[in-house]
Amino acid sequence: MSVLNSEKLPPILKDSVITGLITLVLAVPIVGLPTINATEGLQIEPRWSVVIWMVSAVFLGRLVLNFWWHREQTSSSSTILLNTPFLQSLQQLLKFIIPIGVLFALILPTMPFASRYVMDVAILVITYIMLGWGLNIVVGLAGLLDLGYVAFYAIGAYSYALLANYFDWSFWICLPLAGVFAAISGILLGFPVLRLRGDYLAIVTLGFGEIIRVILLNWYEFTGGPDGISGIPRPSFFGLEFKRSSEGTFSSFFGLDYSSMHRIIFLYYLILALALLTNFITLRLRKLPVGRAWEALREDEIACRSLGINPTNTKLTAFAIGATFGGLAGSFFATRQGFISPESFTFIESAVILAIVVLGGMGSQIGVVLASVVLIGGTELFRELEEYRMLAFGALMVGIMVWKPRGLLAHREPTIRIKTEGSS
Amino acid sequence: MSTLLAVNHLTMRFGGLTAIDDVSFAAKNEEITAIIGPNGAGKTTVFNCLTGFYKPTVGELLLHEGALTHRLERLEDFVVAQKARVARTFQNIRLFPAMSVLENLLVAQHNKLMLASGWTIKGLLGLHSYKKEETQAIELAKYWLDKTNLTKRANDNASDLPYGDQRRLEIARAMCTDPRMLCLDEPAAGMNPKESAELNSLLQFIQNEHKIGVLLIEHDMSVVMEISDHIIVLDYGRKIAEGSPEQVRNDPAVIRAYLGEDEDEELPPEVAADLQRETSHG
Ligand SMILES: Nc1ncnc2c1ncn2[C@@H]1O[C@H](COP(=O)(O)OP(=O)(O)OP(=O)(O)O)[C@@H](O)[C@H]1O
Ligand SMILES: [Mg+2]
Repeated sequence: MSVLNSEKLPPILKDSVITGLITLVLAVPIVGLPTINATEGLQIEPRWSVVIWMVSAVFLGRLVLNFWWHREQTSSSSTILLNTPFLQSLQQLLKFIIPIGVLFALILPTMPFASRYVMDVAILVITYIMLGWGLNIVVGLAGLLDLGYVAFYAIGAYSYALLANYFDWSFWICLPLAGVFAAISGILLGFPVLRLRGDYLAIVTLGFGEIIRVILLNWYEFTGGPDGISGIPRPSFFGLEFKRSSEGTFSSFFGLDYSSMHRIIFLYYLILALALLTNFITLRLRKLPVGRAWEALREDEIACRSLGINPTNTKLTAFAIGATFGGLAGSFFATRQGFISPESFTFIESAVILAIVVLGGMGSQIGVVLASVVLIGGTELFRELEEYRMLAFGALMVGIMVWKPRGLLAHREPTIRIKTEGSS
Repeated sequence: MSTLLAVNHLTMRFGGLTAIDDVSFAAKNEEITAIIGPNGAGKTTVFNCLTGFYKPTVGELLLHEGALTHRLERLEDFVVAQKARVARTFQNIRLFPAMSVLENLLVAQHNKLMLASGWTIKGLLGLHSYKKEETQAIELAKYWLDKTNLTKRANDNASDLPYGDQRRLEIARAMCTDPRMLCLDEPAAGMNPKESAELNSLLQFIQNEHKIGVLLIEHDMSVVMEISDHIIVLDYGRKIAEGSPEQVRNDPAVIRAYLGEDEDEELPPEVAADLQRETSHG
């Protein structure tokens, strides 16, 4: 360690010792003194070895991190120089990555490794990509921290399930209706709360998410309460059902042997189309006055007011459009599962979607894709870890926030460019 | 020139503090009206009342547009900008930092473009009528970029500009809203003498070519005395003097307000020096 001079060593050691002491103070009551059920009642059985392990692990970890940070500091000048060309080449790379990614998504079902399990995970990941893109409009572009996005997902799912069950309408009629219902609920929620800012808005939207869930849980006659709704009709391929039958089914019409994979592949293309539509519309909106106004509101609301932009209306459109996409994804979820219950729409869902947006890099469309693949695909991969899965999920998030505090892809391209002499 | 703005008995209280105390003045079309005064005199508060950010405790704010009169104190802030077409800049610059310079100027034309995009629907369908309107908006932005010497920076983020450029961009952005009255809060703050001189000619250009009224809050006396047609002096929320630059710089009440009864050191030294230099010139 030639880069380390002896003067730096004491502060590093001191910092690590302090961290170790804090861990000791926390660990003794939390881990060190567990209670056990004995015959004479509750008793304390100290676990000093665990405490010692934890404290030394934290101390050593902090020490290593400190050395690492110190190295970064001394070599930071060279990394800054490296950064710009690196960013540019990344930009070049992204140009190719997008069409390749879309192409890959299109041909994925024909791949030899596309087993039922792989397709299921792919559908799940794309559902979250769509939800991430929808929430990205609200959080990433308009800068409104919405902690209750799952409410719109739930409204979409229940709209579809109830419409299909009560009226027997087809998926293709219920899908847009579910989107409309979600949009209306977005506007209804938005009207009273969009005057609030930052933390207050976050708290109210969090409450809204819970209110919707509690209503679904308790309105037994209408929603089935905790039992949920089952027997939700599966989508048909322009009227052709995915069933094992010789008349009017997908397989009989195309003269194929029946396979349960047909429906999975159809669902896959359905969510892919919905997600691509979300992305297409979002990219379009970003370049329109409304999209620029969203971003301007995120940047400085007072300046927007001074330019004559009605902030409430502008925020409402962001809320409504974000909610619409959430609702569409919700009806897809309902038709895919065939069964929904309030269990599927808890706060943790909102948190995961928000994590996807934030980790991806607020406002970045590709960032959302990356984050979904990493978070949703990653946790699927970690399924064998069982109860440690959430731990791995947390570690991943902490890791991204440490190394990429502004998200995986934080770079923002202007929505419009003009030729200026001196630049290309 | 016709009267553009009439402020009648404006009073603004914050709890027990009277930030503006019964101030009346008028500003004319095609003129630069300066509002000066020591720190905390209430200048920015006047602007905030005019642009709807504060609701005055007492008073009338009339903006004349032909036979029509807008009661500014009754309008919401964004309606003041939209309907009465009063544009402003801020003492502590408020740009959209993560957006490009050009985007900043397009956001300023939001209402016009929103209409052209058929509240987004026509725009989403990519109709020609919207494209045409957008091209015109870009042309207007380019025009102001040229006037403010920012053409080269059009694609850069607003936050990447140096201070003086940011101030000019804020003026360009305000002008892109096609205002009837432009309110500038210390546009020369943080500018070097060369930049202030350029600012002078920019403001005179706006006054002469665009024929709108300009309200100017400024501490830099080289700007104020050079280009103002009319000056209003505030001190502790009261109007203590008003008149041409000539009259104001020789007004004993103004000199007392700026220099203090016993030449105390409350006044920022650069302002005192400016004022004295200007006074001795006159
Ligand atoms: N929102 C507010 N709440 C309470 N007091 C305020 C508020 N806005 C302004 N004031 C007070 O009103 C008085 C006038 O402030 P103002 O900002 O208008 O001064 P100014 O003339 O613009 O000063 P400067 O030259 O420093 O910009 C100050 O005493 C200020 O503290
Ligand atoms: Mg001020």
